[in-house]
Amino acid sequence: MAALQAKNLAVGYDNKPVLKGINFKIDAGDYFCIVGENGSGKTTLMKTILGLKTPISGEIIFDDGLEKNQIGYLPQQSIVQRDFPASVFEIVLSGCQNSLASGFFYKKEHKEMALANLKKMGIAKLKDKCYRELSGGQQQRVLLARALCATKKALLLDEPVAGLDPNVTSEMYDLIKQLNDDGLTVIMISHDIENVKNFATKIFDVNSMEVTELREVKEGR
Amino acid sequence: MFEELLMYLSFPFVRYALIVGVLIALCSSLLGVTLVLKRYSYIGDGLSHVAFGALAIATVLNLINKMLVVLPLTVAFAILLLRKGQNAKIKGDAAIAMLSVGALAFGYMIMNLFPSSSNVAGDVCSTLFGSTSILTLTQLDVWISGILSIVVIAIFILFYNRIFAVTFDEDFANAVGTKVNLYNLLIATVIAVIIVLAMNLVGSLLISALVIFPALSAMSILKSFRSVTVFSAISSMVCALAGIIISILAGTPVGSTIVTVDVALFAVCYLIGRVRG
Repeated sequence: MAALQAKNLAVGYDNKPVLKGINFKIDAGDYFCIVGENGSGKTTLMKTILGLKTPISGEIIFDDGLEKNQIGYLPQQSIVQRDFPASVFEIVLSGCQNSLASGFFYKKEHKEMALANLKKMGIAKLKDKCYRELSGGQQQRVLLARALCATKKALLLDEPVAGLDPNVTSEMYDLIKQLNDDGLTVIMISHDIENVKNFATKIFDVNSMEVTELREVKEGR
Repeated sequence: MFEELLMYLSFPFVRYALIVGVLIALCSSLLGVTLVLKRYSYIGDGLSHVAFGALAIATVLNLINKMLVVLPLTVAFAILLLRKGQNAKIKGDAAIAMLSVGALAFGYMIMNLFPSSSNVAGDVCSTLFGSTSILTLTQLDVWISGILSIVVIAIFILFYNRIFAVTFDEDFANAVGTKVNLYNLLIATVIAVIIVLAMNLVGSLLISALVIFPALSAMSILKSFRSVTVFSAISSMVCALAGIIISILAGTPVGSTIVTVDVALFAVCYLIGRVRG
C-alpha cells in the first residue's frame, strides 16, 4: 500500500521536460529522499508532487488516506521572508490555513495545535519573537512547526539544512528523524547524500532514476 | 486658532472632508504591508496613473459621477497587470512603466484637446496632486467613498488570515490548497478600489505615499503582522486628520500636507527603529 506513487511521470517547464520516466512508490512511514545535483530538476519534481505544477505526462497517485494538499511543506526560504514583520506564533498558526475551510478566523483548537507544534519543535519560548530576528536554525524550526500544522501524515522538506552550520544541521536531522519515528511520512529533497544515508528508508536518485532501498519502515509504531 | 477650527467645522463640507479623509486613509494603509512585501508597490504606482487617465476620460465626457468610469477601468487594469506580472513575456515592471506613462500622456492630451473648463492647467494639477478637491466633494461622492471604504475594511478583516498567508509564503499556501491566484486577484482589486478612493484625497501622483508610508513606519518599529497592521491603520488616520486640519488652517494643499505628515512620522519611526537596533 503506497501513500504516493509516481507513474511514468515527466516534469518540467513550458512543456519542456526536465526529468522524465520517473517511477517510484512511497509507503506510509517512509523516509524518502530525493537526491541529485543542483539544477537537476529536484525542485521541479517536488513542486509537481505538491500540485504547484501540472505534470507534463504520467501521473501522481495519492492513496492510503493521503490526499493532495495534505502534505506539510517546508520550502526553502524566500527573500520576502527575510524582512517580514511577523511573530513566530502568527507564522506557525498560518499552517492551519487549510483547516479554515470556508471559515474566516482561526479557532481555539487551531491555536492549541500551533502551540503544541511549537513545543514539539522546542521553540515554545520564541512564540512572540519576531521571525526576522531569529537564527537560521530557529527559522527552520518555525517553518517546520508550521508544516506540522498543515498535516498529520506527510512532510515534504526542500533542502531543510541548506545554509545551516554543522551543529544545527545535525540537530535538524535528529528532529526530522524523530518526526519520522512518530509516524510521519517524510519526503526530503537534498544533495547531502552522505548524511541522509544514515536516516532514509529509500533514496531516489534523479540522475539514475533509481530507487535504492536502505532499510525497512519501522514496524510497531 | 481653536475657534477658527470650530468655525470651519461648522461647515458641512469640511466635516465631510474630515470623515471621508480619515476613512480613506484607514483603507489605504491596510494593504500597505502586503504591497511592500509582495513587491507590488510599483503596481500601485502604475495603477494611480491609469486612474488619472480614466479620470481624464470621465472629465472630458463631463460625467456627473466620475467614479463610474474610473473605478471599473482601474480594477480592469489591476487584474491585467497582475496577469502580466505572472507570465512575463514583456517584463512585469517594463509593462507597468509603459502602461503608466502611456496613461499619463493620454490623460493629459485628451484633457487639453477637449477642455471641460477654461483652466486646463488647474484641472490637471488638481487631478495629479489633489489640491483642494477633498473640500469640493459632493454629498454623493461622500456616500460612495464612505461605503467603499467600509467594504474595503470588511474584506480586509474577513480575509486577514488568508492575506497574511498569501503574503508570507505563496508556495506554502498553494501547496496546502489555498487558492492563491484568487486571493491575489482579490488583493489587486482592492488595491484598485483604494487607489480610486485615495485619488479624491491626495491626487493620483501622491497615492502611493498614502499606501506605503504608514506600512513602512510601522515595519521599522514593530515585530508582528497584527501590530504592524493596527499601527499603520491608526497612524495613517492620525496623519490624515492632522494633515487636513493643518491644510485648512494654513491654507496649504490637502494632499501634499497629509503626505508630509506621513513622511515626518516615517522619519521618527525609522530613527526609533535605528536607535533600538
